[in-house]
Amino acid sequence: MLGKSPWKMAVGATAIALLAAGCGSGDSDESSGTSNTVVIGIAEPQHLIPSNTTESNGAEVLNSLFYPLVDFDAKNNPTPVAAESITADKTNTTWTVKLKPGFTFHNGEPVIAQNYVDAWNYGAYGPNGQGGSYFFSSIAGYADLQSEDPDGEEGPKTAPDPKAKKLTGLKAVDDSTLEIKLAAPFASFASLLGYTVFYPLPKAAFSADGVLAEGFEDAVIGNGPFKIKGKWEHDAQIVVEKVADFKGQVPKVDGITWKIYQDDAAQYADLVAGNLDVQTQIPIESLASASADLGDRFQKSPNSAFQFVGFPTFQKEFQDVRVRQAISMAINRQEITDQVFLGSQTPATSFVSPVVAGYRENTCGKNCEYNPTEAKTLYTEAKGPAELKITYNADGPHKAWVDATCNQIKASLGVNCTGVGEPKFADLLTKVEKKEPVGLIRLGWLMDYPLMENYLGPLYATDGSSNYYGYSNTAFDDLVAAGRSAATPEEAIAKWQAAEDILAKDMPVIPLRNGQNVFGFSEKVTNVNVDLFQKVNLYEIEVVS
Amino acid sequence: MFRYIVRRLLQMVLTFFGATFVVFALTFANQDDPLQALAGERPITESQRLALTERYHLNESFLTQYWYYMKGLLTGDLGTSLTGQKISAMLANAWPVTVKLALLAIVIAATIAVTAGVYSAIKRGGLFDNVTLIATLVVLAMPIVVLAPLAQLIFGIKLGWFPPTATRDASLWDLLLPALVLGSLVIATELRVTRTSVVENLRADYVRTARAKGLTRRRVIWVHVLRNSLIPVVTLIGVDLGGLMSGAIVTEKIFNIPGVGFNIARAITTEDGPLVVGFVSVLVIIFLVVNLLVDLLYAALDPRIRYE
Repeated sequence: MLGKSPWKMAVGATAIALLAAGCGSGDSDESSGTSNTVVIGIAEPQHLIPSNTTESNGAEVLNSLFYPLVDFDAKNNPTPVAAESITADKTNTTWTVKLKPGFTFHNGEPVIAQNYVDAWNYGAYGPNGQGGSYFFSSIAGYADLQSEDPDGEEGPKTAPDPKAKKLTGLKAVDDSTLEIKLAAPFASFASLLGYTVFYPLPKAAFSADGVLAEGFEDAVIGNGPFKIKGKWEHDAQIVVEKVADFKGQVPKVDGITWKIYQDDAAQYADLVAGNLDVQTQIPIESLASASADLGDRFQKSPNSAFQFVGFPTFQKEFQDVRVRQAISMAINRQEITDQVFLGSQTPATSFVSPVVAGYRENTCGKNCEYNPTEAKTLYTEAKGPAELKITYNADGPHKAWVDATCNQIKASLGVNCTGVGEPKFADLLTKVEKKEPVGLIRLGWLMDYPLMENYLGPLYATDGSSNYYGYSNTAFDDLVAAGRSAATPEEAIAKWQAAEDILAKDMPVIPLRNGQNVFGFSEKVTNVNVDLFQKVNLYEIEVVS
Repeated sequence: MFRYIVRRLLQMVLTFFGATFVVFALTFANQDDPLQALAGERPITESQRLALTERYHLNESFLTQYWYYMKGLLTGDLGTSLTGQKISAMLANAWPVTVKLALLAIVIAATIAVTAGVYSAIKRGGLFDNVTLIATLVVLAMPIVVLAPLAQLIFGIKLGWFPPTATRDASLWDLLLPALVLGSLVIATELRVTRTSVVENLRADYVRTARAKGLTRRRVIWVHVLRNSLIPVVTLIGVDLGGLMSGAIVTEKIFNIPGVGFNIARAITTEDGPLVVGFVSVLVIIFLVVNLLVDLLYAALDPRIRYE
């Protein structure tokens, strides 16, 4: 180890290491320039099993691999797609789905009713821990598939197996007929079937009855217009290619590369440089230059996002409705959407998003109009608290608008208001559960299926899954339930609108903004549309010839 | 020499277990509600929470969880992340690109730093020396969060010289811009250290002797002076290499490189204990190996140092 050679050896070793690291690369796909394929940007999906996919990135990819039972028309009414017909009995409890003939999975298996039964039973079975399992809760027998830990979550005992492994409400009558019995009447059930978790899974997905085959998630086999090419390349890309003679609507492009980005800004850089064809959500920090960078290839379309702040019911100072009204009136929504969000969001003045049937403008009335003088009078009358807080999760892009909102409240009401950032949303929830005085809570909601009920139920009903602030009004709960069991979708909407009117009186939350898709695309593609669910319409997008 | 290496390797085993234990303890202390952290703002149903808690042993005590992890590790199973992916596969995906990036960065940085350092030491007080002093000060003063997006905007988008982002199977050309940015982090210090060290050695007695012997100026500087001056620089490069592999979080994010830095950052935000420990363990090994190599290089550079 002495003499001159080691030094040279060290240099040589470094050179070899570099060469070794360098080889096997450099042959990245340069062919996409001429072919009829597009590159769409996403973030790494958490899962690609339909019943476990509840975030938008996974849902986008699955949208290319699967063909849903229903899709939504321009008015957001469900129309059968992979289904021939979807009919209900008189009570809206038993639903019969007839499948269109001729559809196959990518591995050649024909799509039969039993595929839906298997996939949904897997999704609903509690011990499988599927994120979308609660969507099956309206089907009869769901409760028996869940287990309860005998001594609570922290206890040492493991939970017993649930009573049943299959939903009693699901039955494949024959290969093309699926019968669904609901636990309670639901006139708008067909709208639910458009959601990701209701896709079918082929026999090949299961290694045994109710056990998912290992590795299936990395090479998902669907029934959609595109099939996966190779495997899910984690953190890099998912390449899908067109299925030959697809029986449903045929897309105009031959393939899609779902390119995975760690960061929205990097995605935008690639879009401007022409390495990416579509970005569905341009980050706020790039919005200012987007018009100049992209011209008319920078576009907006409505989506279902609904941003609001909630009043925790355990804090006594918010119990007077006048306090809640006053704070709402103290906020100038338009100014914030213009200045902070540069027009990428619009002011919200109702308790549901404008994208659902039954939406009415300004149901919040004068409570959501900016009126600092009346706000001040109301607030003083009601002896509102002298200190206000808005708690948000600091890992999201919330600081700017929360601080702006606080400044408006300060100016209008003459009280001190501070924005408090918790590291993560989970930390915020922990504090709420412990009933710590967090002040107003920042919240947001994206719909799963286009019904008013998908806002009213989870956000404001007493047992709502995202009702973190504890609002509870029996009259409201009854109206939402009555809407579900109404005979027709129209009657349902009438009930839900009556329920929304109660919210306008009670003001359990302050509606702030409705979201928009602010998307951009390259010169290579045209006919780019991003829908309410933040998904690119894969059937319309075209490559410019 | 051989005995020295064996002794160091044995020490490494202890350090490795100690380090993983500390990292595991820290992630455990940081863990609040990993399931909610993973779900973000979406609600989790009771039965899902129940199923996942038991699958990942989240309700067990710290020592039990560490025992499960070690048991897996010793049987060659690094476990699964909270998203259900094999950690060994994630490691295999993330490491190559980060190693490539870090090596490229260190080679660029070391080449520029040593050449420029020696040159400015020879021409001490001259124009080149002063210009490099100012240039290195500017680079040192620029944080990477400014430098990286700026380089991406100017060279990647506006001028279009380099691709603005790279992926996992990036070629060396794709990685050149991120490597330059990353290398600039260490280039300034390495350059200054080289310069100072060379300046000092130029005045040493043995240099005068070499000159008196009639050796050419080139041979004196590039063989005699440089070899002695490189000892502190090599130490620095060794430490930098480890630092670059773990510290590329910002660069990897901006240039979309799904490497180690990105994975560690993601694992920490999702409170994914086994994933953090998996990545950090490999980092620990790299640090240990690099330090051993640096120590061995001392002996090659300085005949006075011997390991017995």
